[in-house]
Amino acid sequence: MVSRELPNSQSEIDNKELEQQFLDKITEEIKIEPKDWMPDGYRKTLIRQIAQHAHSEIIGMQPEGNWITRAPTLERKIGLLAKVQDECGHGMYLYCAAETLGITREELLNRLHEGRMKYSNIFNYPTLTWADIGAIGWLVDGAAIVNQISLCRTSYGPYARAMVRICKEESFHQRQGYAMMVTLAKGTANQVAMAQDALNRWWWPSLMMFGPHDSESSHSSQSMAWKVKRQSNDELRQRFIDITVPQADHLELTIPDPKLNWNEARGHYDFGAIDWDEFWAAVNGPGLCGDKRMKTRVNAHENGQWVREAARAYARKRSGGHRTA
Amino acid sequence: MKAESGQWPLWEVFVRSKQGLTHQHIGSLYAADAPMALGNARDLYTRRQEGVSIWVVPSGEITASSPEDQGPFFEPANDKVYRHPTFYPVPDGIENL
Repeated sequence: MVSRELPNSQSEIDNKELEQQFLDKITEEIKIEPKDWMPDGYRKTLIRQIAQHAHSEIIGMQPEGNWITRAPTLERKIGLLAKVQDECGHGMYLYCAAETLGITREELLNRLHEGRMKYSNIFNYPTLTWADIGAIGWLVDGAAIVNQISLCRTSYGPYARAMVRICKEESFHQRQGYAMMVTLAKGTANQVAMAQDALNRWWWPSLMMFGPHDSESSHSSQSMAWKVKRQSNDELRQRFIDITVPQADHLELTIPDPKLNWNEARGHYDFGAIDWDEFWAAVNGPGLCGDKRMKTRVNAHENGQWVREAARAYARKRSGGHRTA
Repeated sequence: MKAESGQWPLWEVFVRSKQGLTHQHIGSLYAADAPMALGNARDLYTRRQEGVSIWVVPSGEITASSPEDQGPFFEPANDKVYRHPTFYPVPDGIENL
């Protein structure tokens, strides 16, 4: 950070040296920590990726929060409440990790609220029935876990540590979702139909969560070189499909892909083409619920303003009018 | 710290996971004051009984060594192999040493 301020050729030489030291650490699997020298591009990539991840956790509370008051039993309700509370916690871990890179919480939230930063477009799909909550836990959290387990080995220390904590907590999310699907899939004909309908709607968006194909992914190769990402989009997507198909079989539900087929020679499932037009429309447009999600988010932030100010005033009063910390 | 922006101060959180272990840094959070920092730390970092004791410290109160000085700062320990037991030969047949 210091050397970037030197405007002469000496600074370029220093930067080359610093960059080589940085790359050596990456090669040797030594984690990069907040105050270490890092290339601007690495910093920017991480801020973008960690913030997008944090925003996804925060916005992700909405589609599920939608069903808390209508959960069918008390047990399901407390389970879902705990899950949504976890998502909030995960957002907090990740915002803190992003902030170690020199961006403020305020700026992160401003960029989200002004649409200058994205979150996963999976959260712009509506949750139409209770079965969607099961499908989200099973598939959306399942896909997230595959991605996050890989990110536990990311090269930036604070991000890796946040991922480890998050992975520990997420497995409960996926299990509670799958347990809901098991109950529905073994229920009445209507319940089975509900479960199948949810699978039909959430399967393809879940596959799209891994992002574009490796050949189309604009950030991938540099991120892999810096070990920000450890496995490619396509590798992770294949892994998710391979572990999820047997789970669908157990439910005796049908994955909505006629081309899905075990390929003995590859040792993987083959699967049909993803509708990338839908993906890019969802990424670049508001999706089905994007405007609503953002409005809810901004309202929550603005309506909480007086609480934040009151807490600050109370802290000041309690400390006898001096500084708060 | 950033009073003008309205952001609460940042706190570092240390958790003792069980009796007999030291407090370990686990993360950070924002809170208006110390009691709120403790409460938030409990809600954020010990939702599954991960702790029996929590410390919260204003981040600005921590003095840290800097990465640029890492080499010279820790250098004095580099050439002192005689501080390690492996520096000293043990005759064959001698045990419990």
